[in-house]
Amino acid sequence: MALFHVPGVQLKAISACVPLNYENNREYEFLTEQEINLLIKTTGIEQRRVAEKGVTTSDLCCTAATQLIEKLNIDPQEIGILVFVSQSVDFILPSTAHIIQARLKLPKNCMCLDINLGCSGYAYGLSVVSSLMSHGTIKKGLLMVGDISTVSPNKKDKSTYPLFGDAGTVSLLEADANSEGFSFNLCSDGTDYDSIIIPDGGLRNPLNETSFEEVEIEKGIIRHRRNLALNGVKVFDFAMREVLPNINELLSYNNTTINQYDYLILHQANKLINDTVGRLLKFSPEKMPSSLKYFGNTSSASIPLTMITALPNKLSQKKTFLLCGFGVGLSWGSVSFSSEDLICLPLLEI
Amino acid sequence: MEDFIEKIYSVIDEIEPGTLAPDSNYREVPHWSSMHALILIAMVKVDYGVTITGEDLMTHHTLQDIYNLILKRKI
Repeated sequence: MALFHVPGVQLKAISACVPLNYENNREYEFLTEQEINLLIKTTGIEQRRVAEKGVTTSDLCCTAATQLIEKLNIDPQEIGILVFVSQSVDFILPSTAHIIQARLKLPKNCMCLDINLGCSGYAYGLSVVSSLMSHGTIKKGLLMVGDISTVSPNKKDKSTYPLFGDAGTVSLLEADANSEGFSFNLCSDGTDYDSIIIPDGGLRNPLNETSFEEVEIEKGIIRHRRNLALNGVKVFDFAMREVLPNINELLSYNNTTINQYDYLILHQANKLINDTVGRLLKFSPEKMPSSLKYFGNTSSASIPLTMITALPNKLSQKKTFLLCGFGVGLSWGSVSFSSEDLICLPLLEI
Repeated sequence: MEDFIEKIYSVIDEIEPGTLAPDSNYREVPHWSSMHALILIAMVKVDYGVTITGEDLMTHHTLQDIYNLILKRKI
C-alpha cells in the first residue's frame, strides 16, 4: 500500500506560466448553444489557454522557474534535484529535465528525471522529490509539472476539445528538519489504461498510414489515432469510485478529519466531480479553490495553478493542505502537508 | 420514486417538470447526453449514498429500473 509519510521537507514557493492566447468555449462551433451551456454548467470550463505552435511545456516551466529563481534570489547551484512531470515532452529522447537543467544553468550534481504522468502528477511528483530529498544532502529541489495538452484533441471531437488548457508550473521544495513533511496515498489501475489514451505513435502502435485518418466515432466525435481519446463517462465513474476513499484513507492515516485542513484542492477536470466530492466530505466550498473557469483541465499543472490563481500571494501563517489528483493511467493520489509562509508568485503569460 | 423524479428535475434544467414518469426511458428524453448521465450519477451518489455507473445507465432503460437499482444497492 503506497501510504507513507516523508518528513523534513517543505513546499516553499510555486510559480506558473500559461500561454497568453486563449479560446472561449462559448465560441466553439461544434456544439449548439444548449450543449455549450450544459458543458459549462457541468465542467465549469469557459476559457482555456492555448499555446502557439512551437511553444513547449518546458518553455512554460522554464519561464515560471526563472521568475522563482530571480524573485526568491535562489542560487541555481543549490538545486540538487529537478523532476519534470509531463506527457508533452520536448523530444522522444533525451528527457526534458536535462534540457531544462541546461537552460536554467543548474549544476552537474543535480539529479534530473522525467516522469510520465498527467492529472495525478503533482501528488506523485511531490512524493518523488520529497522522498529523495529526505534521504540525503539535497537542500533544494525543483518539481516542474505541466502539459501542452491542446495539441492532442481533435477540434471536431466535442468530447475532448473544449476541456483542456495549457500550463507549466514549478514548485520549490526545501529540506527543513523542523518541517512536518508530506503524507501520501498513491494508487494506480492499469486495467483501464485505454480510458484516456493517444493510441498511435508508441512502440505498441507505431505511426502508420492510417494514424492520421479521421474516423467518426459517433455524432460530433471525429478523431484520428494520434488524437487524444477520452471515455468521459468511464473516467467520471473512476473519479466517483476512487477519489473519496483515497482522501479518507489519507485522513485516517494522518489521524485527522477533513475540517482540520485549510484547503482541499482537487485536480481540475470537472466541476461536477469536485462539487460532488466536496459535498460528500461535507467540506466548505470556500476552502476548495478552482481554476476551471478560466483555464480548463491543465493536467498535472491544475493543482499548483489553482493555488497560484486562487490563493493569496503569500500565505503568512501556517496553512494545511490536502491535494488530490486523478486521471490518465489510471492514476490517482492524495497528499497532505502544512506550509509556513508559502509563496505563490504572480501568474506569468507568454 | 416521486422524490427521485423531483430530484432529477432539480438537477437537470433541460427536463420540463411534469414530463417524467417511472416508466420514462431516460435515453429518450429530448437532448439527453452523456453530460446528463454524469449529473444523474452525481445526484444519486450525493442524495442516496449509492454508486451507479455509466454502464448501469447503458444496461437499464427506465427511471424505475434505476430507482430499483438504488434501493437494491442501498441495502
